[in-house]
Amino acid sequence: MYAKSLVNPVPSAATGRVALLVATRKGAFILSTDSSRRAWATRGPMFFGHIVHHMVLDPRPVAKNARTLLVAVRTGHLGPSVFRSTDMGKNWQEAARPPAFPKVEPGQEGQHKGRVVDHTFWLSPGHSGEPGTWYAGTSPQGLFRSEDGGDTWAPVAGFNDNPMYLQWTGGEKDGTPDGPKLHSIQIDPRDARHLYIGMSSGGVFESLDEGASWKPLNAGCAADFLPVPNPEYGHDPHCMRLHPLAPDILYQQNHCGIYRMERAAATWVRIGANMPKKIGDIGFPLVLHPRDTRTVWVFPMDGGSVWPRTSPGGKPAAYMTHNAGKSWQRQDAGLPQRQGWFTVKRQAMTADAHDPVGVYFGTTSGEVWASRNEGAKWTCIAEHLPHIYAVEAVELPR
Amino acid sequence: MKVLIPGALRDYTGERREVEANGATLDEVLADLDRRYPGIRFRMVDEQDGIRRHMRIYVNGGEVDAIDVPLRSSDEIIILQALSGG
Repeated sequence: MYAKSLVNPVPSAATGRVALLVATRKGAFILSTDSSRRAWATRGPMFFGHIVHHMVLDPRPVAKNARTLLVAVRTGHLGPSVFRSTDMGKNWQEAARPPAFPKVEPGQEGQHKGRVVDHTFWLSPGHSGEPGTWYAGTSPQGLFRSEDGGDTWAPVAGFNDNPMYLQWTGGEKDGTPDGPKLHSIQIDPRDARHLYIGMSSGGVFESLDEGASWKPLNAGCAADFLPVPNPEYGHDPHCMRLHPLAPDILYQQNHCGIYRMERAAATWVRIGANMPKKIGDIGFPLVLHPRDTRTVWVFPMDGGSVWPRTSPGGKPAAYMTHNAGKSWQRQDAGLPQRQGWFTVKRQAMTADAHDPVGVYFGTTSGEVWASRNEGAKWTCIAEHLPHIYAVEAVELPR
Repeated sequence: MKVLIPGALRDYTGERREVEANGATLDEVLADLDRRYPGIRFRMVDEQDGIRRHMRIYVNGGEVDAIDVPLRSSDEIIILQALSGG
């Protein structure tokens, strides 16, 4: 049933222009470059003053050279919404029905007591065979689906109304400082009905029936902030990725380390145990190589004492493995060698599909760093932006 | 009736500060506003019909904390943003 190797052919490397979709606490920006990836231009802010949690470009075209760009926004005052553009952000249309939990009538509260979406946190385009389908993850944890390119969203009741919802998700205290979140929505490229999600907190969950039913998938993963050993759920994945070429290989950067799973084994293996001990294996993002299932990047954070969530020792570095986590290589050339207290959030690191791969990350202090050579050398390509939540690399039409 | 719109919501009203909307309750007025300016209601009222934490709605100068209040056609509604920092 499960494949241990590639199920799709390795695609050719991209050769076109690259853009970075940068979501920040005060608006959205698009950084674009030519195919050489040497000089970058910044466009924006869009949605100036809005809190933008994620901006994602649909890889599936809606027309020649037209793809749907979705952005998840809210402000300090206004409720959450989703906006759509088919011209790379020149014009935007608001979703007619943004992600929202069903209204609960008085006396019908049940276990949920009228949940309210605080913000949409994560956007994922659906399966390539289902044009127009998108998924959204929210805070508090909710899963929503759109079948019309993000214009109207419906709750995925099999998750949101699951009898185990409260046990799986825990309470408000179990979330991140910005609230509990559903994220890392991954779709098996072989089967549109096969979904994975991550929750902070809650753990990794899997559905084989397009979200109608779910099972925890956390065996082998530590949750040392819980009182019981080896719980079935309640974990804190920060970022989980499925490799599109080998969809039965999963990686996650967890609150409690870096893990890899071969789905047939159904057990997470702590590949972060091979990181240098003085660095540890705590962090938020995890980035996959588009053509090599064994190459992964992470950006370690200090998870000691009170969890500063900054680069260990004030010396920022990415770490890369070429062998699925058996060994790790420090990548800090070009980055500050001291007094660099970077925080890189779970959606704020990404890779393009060129050869060599371009790797990018944004910091909460508003800098965007780029490497044209798979992390061997870093260059700051934008600074003085607002607090960065997310960075997504996309290839632009020629 | 007259409804005063705060700056943060004027993207929806074509930058108009004062607009008209009708209804026998605040809920109906907000629904009418949403018909005229699609999307505006959800930015200030959540899916459980609660007024969002940093929004304030006044009817004839008095703050209301729910949207089921009855209204007369002569009433004036003021929508304001509460303080929210950071």
